[in-house]
Amino acid sequence: MPPPIVAVERATAASRAALVVAVAIVLIAASLPFWGESSWMREFVEIACYFIFAMMWNLLAGYGGMVSIGQQAFFGFGGYVMLMLGNFAGLNPFVAIPLGALAAGLVAVPVSFVAFRLSGGYFAIGTWVIAEVFRLSFANVSAVGGGSGTTLTALRGIDKATRESTTYWMALACVVAAVALVYLFLRSKRGLALLAIRDNEVAAESQGIPVARMKLAVYVVAAFGAGLAGALYFVGNLRISPDAAFSVNWTAFAIFMVVIGGIGRIEGPLVGALIFWALNKFLSDYGTWYLLGLGLLAILVTLFFKQGLWGFAQQRWGWSLFPTQRKLLRTSPDANTFLRDRP
Amino acid sequence: MSALLDTRALKAFYGDAQALFGIDFSLEGGELVAIIGANGAGKSTFLKSLTGLVRAPHDAIRFKGEPIGGLPPGDIVRRGLAMVPEGRRLFPSLSVEENLLMGATPARKGPWSLQRLYGLFPILAEKRNQPGTSLSGGQQQMVALGRALMSNPEVLLCDELSLGLAPIVIREIYAAMPAITAEGMTVVIVEQDVTMARQVSKRIYCFQEGRVSLEGRSADLTREQISQAYFGIAEAAHA
Amino acid sequence: MLETLVQGVLLGGLYTLFALGQSLMFGVMRLTNTAQGDFIILGAFAVIAGVSLTGASAPWLVALAVLPVAFGFGYVLQRYVLNGTLGKDPLPSLVVTFGLSIVIQNLLLELFSADPRAIETGGLSTQGIALGDAMSLGVLPLVVLAVALVATGALQWLFAHTALGRSFRAVSDDREIAELMGLSAKKVYALATAIAFVLIAIAGALQGMRTTVSPSDGPLLLLFAFEAVIIGGMGSFWGTLAGAMILGITQQIGFRLDPGWGIWFGHIVFLVVLVLRPQGLFPKTRG
Repeated sequence: MPPPIVAVERATAASRAALVVAVAIVLIAASLPFWGESSWMREFVEIACYFIFAMMWNLLAGYGGMVSIGQQAFFGFGGYVMLMLGNFAGLNPFVAIPLGALAAGLVAVPVSFVAFRLSGGYFAIGTWVIAEVFRLSFANVSAVGGGSGTTLTALRGIDKATRESTTYWMALACVVAAVALVYLFLRSKRGLALLAIRDNEVAAESQGIPVARMKLAVYVVAAFGAGLAGALYFVGNLRISPDAAFSVNWTAFAIFMVVIGGIGRIEGPLVGALIFWALNKFLSDYGTWYLLGLGLLAILVTLFFKQGLWGFAQQRWGWSLFPTQRKLLRTSPDANTFLRDRP
Repeated sequence: MSALLDTRALKAFYGDAQALFGIDFSLEGGELVAIIGANGAGKSTFLKSLTGLVRAPHDAIRFKGEPIGGLPPGDIVRRGLAMVPEGRRLFPSLSVEENLLMGATPARKGPWSLQRLYGLFPILAEKRNQPGTSLSGGQQQMVALGRALMSNPEVLLCDELSLGLAPIVIREIYAAMPAITAEGMTVVIVEQDVTMARQVSKRIYCFQEGRVSLEGRSADLTREQISQAYFGIAEAAHA
Repeated sequence: MLETLVQGVLLGGLYTLFALGQSLMFGVMRLTNTAQGDFIILGAFAVIAGVSLTGASAPWLVALAVLPVAFGFGYVLQRYVLNGTLGKDPLPSLVVTFGLSIVIQNLLLELFSADPRAIETGGLSTQGIALGDAMSLGVLPLVVLAVALVATGALQWLFAHTALGRSFRAVSDDREIAELMGLSAKKVYALATAIAFVLIAIAGALQGMRTTVSPSDGPLLLLFAFEAVIIGGMGSFWGTLAGAMILGITQQIGFRLDPGWGIWFGHIVFLVVLVLRPQGLFPKTRG
């Protein structure tokens, strides 16, 4: 059989270099507790939570085609489950983090049963209502402090330095795991199926793709990720309250990060998180004006840079750090003959 | 006499896919011209280009001497070019009468009014307050036709009037044609039914894969010429 | 029990006003305005600002003056901002309206601080009409209910019996063919939003009169509006009113049982309706 005249290429030279750089960065970052200030570690943990939450929101909206304003339900749920396991079941909170995430993923199943009744813009608001139900429910449970919340007592015995470095490493591990999870998922056949569903549900269904099951799968994975971010956040914060755990601001920030960075692209939340962190660092002292500016920026980017800023760069200059596309290459002169009359 | 409506080398695209490869077409006032061709030949795309639903280069289409390519559909219907769209596309939330009234939005002067339409299609008067889409296929086609007439156009484009209708219903619809063309209305029909097209039209264009494969007076063209042009079978293949 | 029902109906009148604008915008152009509640609060603050600027003793006049401003504002907003977000993808309209929500809340915080304000109605908010010995109906809530009924009836009439209403229905059924008929969808959408904003301004003025308002009140009002529309069923303004009544009554029952669970109970009933009858209780069927 003659050798194939076309080949499928997945990675660009730029992305291969980026992978090496990424591994190096992670290794350097892992050493931070030995030479860095503790405030850096705390900031990293906070940004890590924002980023993981944003990346999962991105997965749900950009790839699953489901725009939700209620992911904070799972964020807070993960946090509360972690806290309850730590305070009442005596579990090590660091172990409780993935368990909290798991709980969030599990609770997403019955929630989806309600949420999937709606679609489009009304799905978005419906998920917000559900998040409010979570918030109000926890606010009425006195065992976890009701409306004013409670503290994570399970870490009381550990000294500050150890707690901070462990939290930091945990955050780093979560970031790497979340990125790897999303990246591998999207490169797989399931990932392609997801893109097909996003582009045209009916056509995808006719190709044999189990649309309903895939949407549920994405919803559960996104909930798991949100729960992971929440559990991690409150280990770092040591104090939880319903208003903090289930605040819609989480989703607002995620939307902001993803919209600025570009919906539907893996690098988007990364770029968005970095820009968000920078803006936070220098402008958050301005309080309301800062938030107002964020809102305006999100509006302007949505209206004029429909692909987000990173997406704009991708279109313009073909940048791609996390390639999930497959490019058709001509590997032999015969390919030119075969492909001549097709544009 | 210069043409009422003409196109020159009209090309049209759906995204990256090219649907029309350069259509030359002309229409004189008072004519009834038929466009025939297989599915996907580009007939509907052509009509949509004329009415502004598909983008076209500004100069490629001229109506009453003025270029109209790429204008918004509203501008084009106000100038007197109306279309009965493929598949009827009545408004489900509107009654029969409301659908007809929608057609009068351009507010052009002319002989067509609700009264006159109800005279032409009495069944519609009976069902005037029913939802447009609750009628039978043939009756919906009458509403769609009436809706286009309500704008008192100079040129009426009819996209696949007979689609999905029984032969007896198709004859009923076409029986109304003389009343429509009586005052000099120019009509273009896109038809799958070649026999019907030859019967009612003065001239025929045959489209094949986005190009005009045949054009001529209906009376002069033979069945064999038409079927060759329709299917795109080259002359040489016969020898 | 009767008192709870009556209070619920009166509350439902208010929720109707919150929800009508949302129902209108979604009905005509499938646009979900997540800043609905914030615009209502903005309307309330506009009246408050107007009253303090003009020193008016009749806030009703100020409220009336705000209405045409709201109309113009809604028209411009839709024509030049929101029209660009319409399409198959719900994300742009959601993000833009969400962004507007944040902008409004923070703008109001800057201009007015977080303190709750109210529109002084010279005692109207406390007046009541006695019904026998046991019950007293507030005059203002009755006014709100009356306005809600009139607004619903007016919208229904507009849609069913006017050329503009016909345009709304046509453009929502089939935008392409509506444009083929000569309508400018952009302008029709802008008019729909303009009318929606008049309703929003009315709702805001009345909310500011019956209770205090603060800049961050918006989101909760949005949820109530949304729940009313869903419970009632989409496509019908009387349905929205019915949904608002049911929500109001449900919340009042919840408040009766335990003050902390009132709103929660409303949310739960909403979710139950969503699961059992997702098309709503009184949906308008098509064709």
